Amino acid sequence: MSTSTSATSAAAAKSPGPVGVGDRLRLWWNQLSRPAQWGVGLPIILLIAAMPVIRPPLLTTPDTDFGAVMAQFGMYALLAIGLNVVVGSAGLLDLGYVGFYAVGAYTVGLLTSPDSPWNKTGADGFLSDKWAWLAVLPVAVAVTAISGLILGSPTLRLRGDYLAIVTLGFGEIVRLLADNLENTTGGGQGLSGIAYPRVGVTEANPFGIFSIGNTAEPFNSGLWWFWLSIVLIIVVLMFVGNLERSRVGRAWVAIREDEDAAEIMGVPTFKFKLWAFVIGASIGGLSGALYAGQVQFVVPTNFNVINSVLFLCAVVLGGQGNKLGVILGAFIIVYLPNRFLGIGDYKYLIFGLALMIMMVFRPQGLIPVRQKLLAYGRKIWQAAGRRSREEQS
Amino acid sequence: MTGPWAASVFALADSDINFNISALGHSFWQLTIDGLAYGAIYALVAVGYTLVYGVLRLINFAHSEVFMLGMFGQYAALMILGFSPSGNAYAEGAVMTIVFLGIAMIVGMAVSGGVAVGLERVAYRPLRKRNAPSLVFLITAIGASFVLQEFVHFILPKLTGGKLGGVNAQQPIRLVESKQQFTIFGGSVTNITLIIVISALILAFAADVFINRTKFGRGIRAVAQDPTTATLMGVSREKVIMLTFLIGGVLAGAAALLYTLRIPNGIIYSGGFILGIKAFCAAVLGGIGNLRGALLGGLLLGVLENYGQIVFGSGWRDVVSFVVLILVLMVRPTGILGETLGRARA
Repeated sequence: MSTSTSATSAAAAKSPGPVGVGDRLRLWWNQLSRPAQWGVGLPIILLIAAMPVIRPPLLTTPDTDFGAVMAQFGMYALLAIGLNVVVGSAGLLDLGYVGFYAVGAYTVGLLTSPDSPWNKTGADGFLSDKWAWLAVLPVAVAVTAISGLILGSPTLRLRGDYLAIVTLGFGEIVRLLADNLENTTGGGQGLSGIAYPRVGVTEANPFGIFSIGNTAEPFNSGLWWFWLSIVLIIVVLMFVGNLERSRVGRAWVAIREDEDAAEIMGVPTFKFKLWAFVIGASIGGLSGALYAGQVQFVVPTNFNVINSVLFLCAVVLGGQGNKLGVILGAFIIVYLPNRFLGIGDYKYLIFGLALMIMMVFRPQGLIPVRQKLLAYGRKIWQAAGRRSREEQS
Repeated sequence: MTGPWAASVFALADSDINFNISALGHSFWQLTIDGLAYGAIYALVAVGYTLVYGVLRLINFAHSEVFMLGMFGQYAALMILGFSPSGNAYAEGAVMTIVFLGIAMIVGMAVSGGVAVGLERVAYRPLRKRNAPSLVFLITAIGASFVLQEFVHFILPKLTGGKLGGVNAQQPIRLVESKQQFTIFGGSVTNITLIIVISALILAFAADVFINRTKFGRGIRAVAQDPTTATLMGVSREKVIMLTFLIGGVLAGAAALLYTLRIPNGIIYSGGFILGIKAFCAAVLGGIGNLRGALLGGLLLGVLENYGQIVFGSGWRDVVSFVVLILVLMVRPTGILGETLGRARA
């Protein structure tokens, strides 16, 4: 009896205030067993995946192709998950995240675009046309991870607010490199003809279903890229979720809450900050590679530092540290300007205001994170949930 | 395998990045003089970052927009004074030119100072009352920066009938024709360079005296050193914070006028962004929170950047300053002169 009250009071202390719908949902979700969570989650994911096919009248974007919008959402969701590892989990403010996105996209571009001197496709290269994109994908992720390591190892020893500026500088340097190294990256002309997965070649689609030329309704290229990104998002979410439940995730939370205290408790803070940075970077690179494949074209102006702030906005709006929240944030960031084209011009004004207002009234975001007891979190939550239900009955 | 890769790396180095050391030696003094003029502007903007950081431990990310609005403020003042954009400079005579520039500068300072104080009121004070963590402050600052930029981008043209703001840069109003006055070791010094350097020196000196010698300045230093004790000693923290934002804003407004003298077609909604980052680099370079550090850092950054631009090519100008920042922070994380505003009595 005493254990049950302490467990429930601990749960009550974790969620102060009245228990709302969100908390009830969370409690219900947490006491489900793992297969049951999949059983509930999978139909929801399938439903989301089917959205561009069903095209519900109010939800769909009337003036732009819904499939393409959802594909963009998929990429932004990946970016938000990656940035969330850096900002939400480890508490490192990275304002140059677009730099990693650019590195990923340009790695694919440099290796597969006919405009690039390092093109490895075609007759004398070792990449086949059909699988070039897929073969280059891990390379892009690896290169981005290395770039995260290169940027992180000197700068993560700095204090938090310096880091923001140095990463901002990094984002700008990447763009300037892409702009200035004209003989390699094509400068302002960019790189075109980037490889993409050439599958599903038919009479109607001579370049495959992933080609930009596939405009069949509703199974156009955007939809296929959206589906591909959903698969990648699930893989990344499982990877990041497992990391967060591990020693690494606990170290990140400790660093975010109080770096000095974490260091004193024996957490090698620099090492784990670097981990967060590198993992976040590689997820950004993955998204960049997707982007390069989808539009088959990269150009420096797509990687302006202003985009970093948009990504950050997604993370902050959705709820730093909450993976589901940041995906919702990414959806808002992509969907709203495409749904209501009238606000397109005022996009940054509205998101800037939203950031300011959120910070005053709800700094934890739309779906805030609840810090569970990370080590045995699930078991304790399940036990607490079972006990409270037993007491009620 | 290594062959083509090495070849392309060499090709890259050969054509995209210059290593033109001889050009640097050739026009060393000219570059130094121009660099100092740029650096003086960075220094004035950097003071705003450094003071706010010293007092609040906050990177006022929106300070670049305070500067940008200062540019629009002085431009509007010149328009109201009856000037209109023209290709050639107005020939008003030395005295009247200085009077007009003075009026424009004062208006710019007023606009920037007002925006900075207003920003503090609207954006930062509510957060301070809630004891928000520093990340929240920084994100708010970024949001404010966007709001101000987009205000000039889309809303200001509607308010002024398209005369101010919008997508394009303002047509330049030139009051001063660039003219060589004298040379130092073969480097020519123009009247614009003279105006910039002299005004910046006067303002920097005034700021230094204000911080180090007056009662208000002592209050600022006290709060920077220890807010709680300073409050107990009768210093009003809120007033000090407001004053800090005001000084930073006023200096940014002055810098805005000097900047438009140097770069007449730089008056655009996004024109503060990169300059703000550079000024922040300058503040960090000198030791953030340290007024004299900001001045030194600004001058140093301006000169180094100008050298780098000649050695590597003009596209690499911004890269040089970011790399300099990262290198300095690696070697000396507290900047050249160290960090404390409170103890930087010197």
